[in-house]
Amino acid sequence: MNNKLYGKLIFELSHPGRRAYSLPKDEFGSHELPSAMRRAEDAALPECDEMTVVRHYTNLSENNFGVDNGFYPLGSCTMKYNPPINEEMAALSAFNNIHPLQPLSTVQGALQVEYDLQRALSALTGMADFTLNPCAGAHGELTGLMIIRSYHETRGDSRRNKVIIPDSAHGTNPASAAVCGCEVLEVKSTADGLVDFDDLKQIIADHPDDIAAMMMTNPNTLGLFERDIPAITKLVHDAGGLMYYDGANLNPMLGVARPADMGFDVMHLNLHKTFSTPHGGGGPGSGPVGVREGLEPFLPKPHVVKNGDKFDIEQPERTDSYTVENNHVGPFLGNFLVIVRALSYILSLGKENIKMVGPLSVLNANYIKESLKDDYELPIHGLCKHEFVFNGLKDKSTGVTTMDVAKRLLDYGYHAPTIYFPLLFHEAMMIEPTENESKETLDGFIEVMHNIAKEARENPEIVKGAPHTTPISRVDDVEAAKHPVLTFRQLAAE
Amino acid sequence: MAKVIEGLYYTESHEYVKVDGNVGTIGITDYAQNALGNVVYVDMPDVDDEVEAGEEFGAVESVKAASDLNSPVSGKVVEVNEALEDKPELVNQDAFANWIIKVELSDPSQLDDLMDAKAYEEFCNNQQ
Repeated sequence: MNNKLYGKLIFELSHPGRRAYSLPKDEFGSHELPSAMRRAEDAALPECDEMTVVRHYTNLSENNFGVDNGFYPLGSCTMKYNPPINEEMAALSAFNNIHPLQPLSTVQGALQVEYDLQRALSALTGMADFTLNPCAGAHGELTGLMIIRSYHETRGDSRRNKVIIPDSAHGTNPASAAVCGCEVLEVKSTADGLVDFDDLKQIIADHPDDIAAMMMTNPNTLGLFERDIPAITKLVHDAGGLMYYDGANLNPMLGVARPADMGFDVMHLNLHKTFSTPHGGGGPGSGPVGVREGLEPFLPKPHVVKNGDKFDIEQPERTDSYTVENNHVGPFLGNFLVIVRALSYILSLGKENIKMVGPLSVLNANYIKESLKDDYELPIHGLCKHEFVFNGLKDKSTGVTTMDVAKRLLDYGYHAPTIYFPLLFHEAMMIEPTENESKETLDGFIEVMHNIAKEARENPEIVKGAPHTTPISRVDDVEAAKHPVLTFRQLAAE
Repeated sequence: MAKVIEGLYYTESHEYVKVDGNVGTIGITDYAQNALGNVVYVDMPDVDDEVEAGEEFGAVESVKAASDLNSPVSGKVVEVNEALEDKPELVNQDAFANWIIKVELSDPSQLDDLMDAKAYEEFCNNQQ
């Protein structure tokens, strides 16, 4: 429902001087900010009555589409269901109303949540220990690379500044390496979508002394399990580099295979993907970083430890060094209430049920892939893991693109898949159903995708002009990129 | 089918260089502009900057992705196509006419490592 009046911008609903608040009398005397710190003119904020504000935002919220509204097959994002029990746990007063600086004896339960999650993540990945401090996946990547740099520098080996990254990787990998001061060496993919082992050998031969690490996502962004993983990790280790595991695609491996057993040394997880905490709309995210045995001293501080039956926090040493192990990478102990939700998810599934997550996510993805491959071009055949990539419609003669199909899906009440990523295929359409969906939901999606392919053949204009039923029709993304209108004032002026 | 022009040299990352005396005119191919989709920004070096064969010298940003531009040859930039600053969409209209930079070649023998039109056409046909 998009109400014509209240669906307007809040600035358009504004009337000068209208107020919807009253502040309590100041009980502590006047504490005005020094004049130098006060703004010279009033902020240009909208002024509305309370009902208008409520109706405006309720309208907006009804335009939202989330995993609680419908199927959300956004590849590489693992948009899995967020069970309400997680929210109940996070809402507990003992977690919600504590202060990060209160005496540790009064927050033993909260510290135990952190400690138990560190242990659970270690058990699930084979890593020796985790830091829960990073607040997102890319934040975890940077932290992990800083740990690797610190490891090399501690050994007196400071020339290692090259990071090998496959061409199918998420864009955050090269970005994190660059932020960490490293140079990226890109390794090609083979025709069947895996790391080109010969190209990797050549890259290492060309840089025998300065490989810091190789970053890998496994299964990779095509949803394929890297077959050569033991040989790859051996090659990189022999060259003195460490193996970094990007946990973006851990979901199909959950309870089945562990990154540490594959030879990875450092990794991050996305609690907002694999461990069912809210994802999108600002999260907030959480990107814990794990390290294999021997690298624990390089984890950032503060870090929760258990001494006897008491939980304690290891604080950073006071030094002048800017090494990662002596510094905060985020505020206090990470996004604490996200950590509570992730532990709630793990404990409510339990040791046996969590082993079903991976296989069911793989089954669902393969079911969709095999059901649609007559209408959509499947560039790489065979078993996929939790997600797969189509290269657009099979029949390219209609002129209907992946963008058009994605927009048409909105008309049918589905969230679009990830499109135009990975860059290996021009019309990439990346579908990840997750483990939670029923067969009926998957069948409904498959039927709609068949319908769209049929429309593309018989009535392509209806697909090219989509969406037709959403509050906003197709946006001009070229114009938006070239002339972004970012504020109401700019809109009003134009 | 993407347009390929005879007499130009091509890279595997879909740049071309047209050589006139010791000056190379560099841009992206028709195949590349088609794959990228609507180009919204072209990031170019400055005149007098040095570029190196196989190394990045700028980027093309489209609605789909931002892609590095790799120089087919080494040398000094003698001219950049300023028209692309305001009208990056020219690259979509005609990628060969709307070149990106001109470079004074420091090592013309590097041209031997590049593909000719026939080899490039075959290379494109084997791409996804």
